[in-house]
This record gives sequence, C-alpha cells and structure tokens, in this order.
Amino acid sequence: MAMVEIQDTKTVKGPDTGNMNDFGEAIRAALNLLITFDSDLMEIVGLSLHVSLAAIFIASIIGLPLGAAIALFRFPGRRFFSVLLNALMGLPPVVVGLIVYLSLSRSGPFGVFGLLYSPTAMIIAQVVLVTPIIAALTRQVIEDLWMEYKDQLLSLGANPVSALPTLLWDGRFSLVTAILAGFGRASAEVGAVMIVGGNIDHMTRVMTTAIALEVSKGDLALALGLGIILLCLSLGVNGAVYAVKEAAIRRHA
Amino acid sequence: MKSPTPILPLKLEDVSFEAGGKRLIKDLHCTFDAEPRSVIIGPNGAGKSLFLKICHGLIPPHTGHVQWNDANERSVRLNQAMMLQRPVMLRRSVSANIHYPLKLRKIPKSERNTLVEDALTQAGIARLRDHPARVLSIGEQQKLALARVWALKPQVLFLDEPTASLDPAATHAVEEIIRAIHAQGTKIIMTTHDLAQAKRIADEILFMFRGRLLERAPAASFFEKPENDLAQAFVKGELLWWRLGKAHRKNTDKQANT
Ligand SMILES: Nc1ncnc2c1ncn2[C@@H]1O[C@H](COP(=O)(O)OP(=O)(O)OP(=O)(O)O)[C@@H](O)[C@H]1O
Ligand SMILES: [Mg+2]
Repeated sequence: MAMVEIQDTKTVKGPDTGNMNDFGEAIRAALNLLITFDSDLMEIVGLSLHVSLAAIFIASIIGLPLGAAIALFRFPGRRFFSVLLNALMGLPPVVVGLIVYLSLSRSGPFGVFGLLYSPTAMIIAQVVLVTPIIAALTRQVIEDLWMEYKDQLLSLGANPVSALPTLLWDGRFSLVTAILAGFGRASAEVGAVMIVGGNIDHMTRVMTTAIALEVSKGDLALALGLGIILLCLSLGVNGAVYAVKEAAIRRHA
Repeated sequence: MKSPTPILPLKLEDVSFEAGGKRLIKDLHCTFDAEPRSVIIGPNGAGKSLFLKICHGLIPPHTGHVQWNDANERSVRLNQAMMLQRPVMLRRSVSANIHYPLKLRKIPKSERNTLVEDALTQAGIARLRDHPARVLSIGEQQKLALARVWALKPQVLFLDEPTASLDPAATHAVEEIIRAIHAQGTKIIMTTHDLAQAKRIADEILFMFRGRLLERAPAASFFEKPENDLAQAFVKGELLWWRLGKAHRKNTDKQANT
C-alpha cells in the first residue's frame, strides 16, 4: 500500500508517512524485545512451544500407528476410516475448539477435570487438530511403502503386524515430514487455542492468540516480535523438511 | 532353526492362477524332492516368477493346492527363502538388512552376529557392511539379497534370476555361493535366462511356456535333445521360435475346447 502512495510526491509527507514511522517504530521495538529476551515475550514463546510440542508428541504416538494400521490391516470399515481421516484433516480449528470446549466445559463429559482455560486444554485441542493430519499422511506413506515392500517382507518371514514397525522405520524420512507438517499447523493455528485456552495472561497466552490480541489493542511491537518468531519457526520447519528430504535422498536413494 | 520335519517334498496339484481375466498359470502338476537343483527356463512372461511366488506362498493359486510335507504352516514359511527377481533393500545398513529376517525368526543376538558375518563374507560384501543398502549398485544389491537368504540357512531356496545384472566375475561368485548353499543341504529352485548357467547349475530342467510346464527332464538329456519342439527351438535360440508358439497355442486351445 505504501509503495503506491510514495509515487505521489504530495502525499509523501501526509498521514502515510506517520504510519510508516509507526511501522518502523514497531519493528525497532519488536527487535528490541527479541534482542533483550523480553520476559513477557519469552514466556509466551515458551508456552507456545510447550503446548505445540506436547501436542505433536501425543499426536504422533496416536497418529503414526493408527495411520499405519489403516494402511496395513484389512478390517470392516477400513475405507470409511480413510475417508474420515482425510475429512478430519481439513477440520476448521474453530470447530475443533468448539468441540473440545463443549466436552471440557463444566457441563460437558470431561467437565469434572476442570481443564478448560488451561494449557492442558490447549494441548488437547491441538492433539485433536493434528492427529488426523499425521494419521492421514502416515497412511499414505505406509500404503505406498507396503506396495513396494510387501512381497519382500512376507518372503523374509514378516506378517502385517511385524511389518508395521518395519515400515514406520523405513518410512521415517517421509514421516518426519508429516510430523513437521503437523507441528506447523499446530503452532500456527489460533482459533482452537483461543476458544479453549482463553488467552489468559501468564497462563494460556500463546504466540498466535497474543498476536490477535495485541493487534486489536494496538500494541504492534509485541505482535510484530511474535510474528517474526512465528515466521522464523515456519522457515525453520520448512528448512528442516527440506534437509530431511535431502538426507534421505543422499543416504537411501 | 531347522525344523525336525523336513518341509520337502513340495507337491503342486492342478495349480492355476489368473489375473485381469487372463489365465497366467495353467494346470500345473509337479513335485519337488529335496535333492536335485531344479532350474526353470522359458521366455519372458512365461510365468516363471509367478510359479516361484506361488510355490513360496506369496500368491495364493486360484485353483489347486500347494502342499508341503510339513503340516505346520509357520515352520514351512520360516524354513524357506526366496530371492526375488527385484529384491527390495530395507532403508538401513547392509548388515541390518541381513539381521532383519533373523530377528523375525527370534534368533539370539550372538548367534545372529555369527550368521551375518558369515553371510557377508561368503557373498563378498563384508567391506560394505555399514553402507546404507539402498545406495549399493544393482550388482551389490543382488549379492546382499543373496547374503540375506544365505544367512537363513533355509531348507528350500527359490532364486529368481539371481545373476541377471551381474558381471562375469560376480556371476561366477554367485554360482559358487549357490553351489555352497546346495552343498549344505538346501534345495535350490531357480530361474535363469542364461542357458550356459542352467547347464552349469541344473540337475533337472523345467521348461515353461505361456503359463504351462511343457517339459521336465534331467539336465543332461534336456540339453542333449529336448522332447518338446518349443523347448528345442528355445534352446537353439531360434529367432522366430515364437511363431511356433502361436501354432502351439491354437493347438492347445483346440484341445482345451474339445
Ligand atoms: N499381478 C499380475 N496381474 C496381471 N498380470 C500379471 C501379474 N503378474 C504377472 N502377470 C503377467 O503374467 C505373465 C507372467 O509373468 P512372470 O513375471 O511370471 O513372467 P516370467 O516368466 O518371470 O518373465 P521374465 O523372464 O520376464 O521374468 C506376464 O505376462 C505378466 O504380465
Ligand atoms: Mg520373472
């Protein structure tokens, strides 16, 4: 937007310049927060990582074997499960938030645990959000791998049950990519954690919810600082995906 | 690992297999005894690989029975091994590839180590033991596949064109390994397109053509003069021998219809 305005020399000193200054000011303040390891900022980043890493860990423990089992075993309703997983993959985060909210609220089935508005609630929401992604991608990876390996593994004396860990291990490079994709989605989403966590300061405030709040309050510095960190995280995740692929090609053709 | 009951002889009764509406294996009857090295020859697409896979239990026949001497399915399965025409290397090191089927057989680690070392040395790939298996050359992978089944000390070993992409020296080495495996009491059932190799290895020849087993004879008499005219043409390497095949198919189809 600013680019267009700059071409008009008369408006260079107009209100837009003020915004530009605000913007520059905000960036400077954001960088300052980053460089000084501002404690509020670090707390938020720490909680975000804690929540998303815990969620991705639990989602992997459920999603990897689940996806592999759907790929390997013939059981009634298997096709339904596949379709369901793919559908759940695209579930809007707010819907997940709503469902988890309803089940954790006082009157819900898990209300007695009093988990609503706690980091645990946010972890649960992200697990619900990410498990289908990991399971669906795992199913695809393992199914392709099984096509290639089936005769060989059966010939060597395996059966579908003993092949499951084998295939998870041999698919490890593709599966790491699936897990990183899940992590990307977990750490970037805002709707679900906002609903079940409530964005309570020093309690359930994570990067995405903090950005949403600070922008609406007008405190751009913190929002930008967090935005930069999220961006770096996303770059880092994608870089890691790339590096894993490269390593896989180099080592295992 | 050796079961007290020998799993051989293997008996195939009236075995046929079809896919995509085509009968690919037709009315196979045969018996394999423990001793002789059986070599299956025949043109591309004759059904040699399918035949081996059916015997090995990788694909169930549509009709007929594959019957082993031992009634215990698990022991039958674990006392045979097959080197596939296109062996698949697991995404791990060379030695881990050989360990894998031994682990499935629950062989204790110390014993496993000895078996793996032996197999690596026998196959001449000991120096590659820590390499990722997938980056080996095709020939090296072939040797690894052989080492992997060698370590299992099976009662029956199926080999589907074990020297297809090997250089002459490696071919010689692999033939030596096959001889050694056989000398240890393992039944060899293999396919090859290399007739000279068939002559060197075979005790008996099975000639397959379009899903049928057309001739089975001791190697010496087969190579002297096959009885079947198609086999004769095939062994002589006649370029237009497949024309005979067309005529042959018409004849057999007629027979089948009447
Ligand atoms: N799953 C399948 N579905 C359909 N057709 C198949 C299938 N498997 C094998 N065939 C067909 O069966 C025929 C025999 O295949 P097979 O692999 O046994 O041949 P082969 O004698 O081993 O040939 P080669 O010497 O080229 O290895 C081929 O014509 C092939 O196209
Ligand atoms: Mg073949």
